[in-house]
Amino acid sequence: MKNKITYFIFITSLIFTFVIFYKSLNKSNLYEPKSKIENIPEFKAKIFFENKELTSKQIFSQNKFYLLNIWASWCIPCRDEHSLLLNLSNYDQLEIIGLNYKDNLENAKKFLNELGNPYKKILLDNDGTKAIEWGAYGVPESFLIYQKKIVKKFVGPLNFDSIEEIKKLIK
Amino acid sequence: MKILKIFVIIQILFYFSPLKADQKIFQNKITKNLRCLICQGQSVYDSDSEFATSLKLVVKNKIDEGLSEDQIYKFLTEKYGEWILYDPQFNKNTYLLWFLPLLLFLFGGTMIFKKLIKKQR
Repeated sequence: MKNKITYFIFITSLIFTFVIFYKSLNKSNLYEPKSKIENIPEFKAKIFFENKELTSKQIFSQNKFYLLNIWASWCIPCRDEHSLLLNLSNYDQLEIIGLNYKDNLENAKKFLNELGNPYKKILLDNDGTKAIEWGAYGVPESFLIYQKKIVKKFVGPLNFDSIEEIKKLIK
Repeated sequence: MKILKIFVIIQILFYFSPLKADQKIFQNKITKNLRCLICQGQSVYDSDSEFATSLKLVVKNKIDEGLSEDQIYKFLTEKYGEWILYDPQFNKNTYLLWFLPLLLFLFGGTMIFKKLIKKQR
């Protein structure tokens, strides 16, 4: 009887360990934070090219779709997604807002002159604290916003699939 | 000149104020419990990444605003989920995590206790 119990415990623990290891094989070790933010955060930001400060409520005040894109001139993937953003800027129902993350202003200007400017407004985030208000942890990241609510979050550079998804959502 | 001297002395006194030192210790305590999401196996306190330096600044600002430790953790878990905390908070998802070691300990204890009683008999 005792032997049977030991045998049973041994087999169960073996199966248990096997299942855990087997399941972990296909699990990605890249973690994407599960953000609970639904509404746009409240903050004040300086506007690039204009000498004024606006609140988040003023920036996202209209009844249309907004795409907040966190970018920097030093960020290589931002260059890759830039042409896609330019393509999206042709849609009237969508306004693209940039959040310039920890950047040198001169370099940012050069970046826009070289590749084009898809942004209606660019907010400045010199110390990276505004990106944290959005629950972002790197560049680039994009947020699709409608009626002051975050509809969809894109971590990393936008690609053709995400652009198609945005186009579908704003239609 | 006298005014300048007084000003410098006040500045120095303010710089070495114990209040500021306490604040720094408090800030370090919090940032040591925050996981740097872009660097593997490092806390925000240990990391010098762009994300960690910004987060340290946010924590400092929140302390200046008068938020408590729990309020800061709540603010950050809303943005990044429970994962950002090294020390998981006590809620329905973590009951098992907190109680399992205790249950195992009690279970083991009773087993030993029973065996000992049996032996004595």
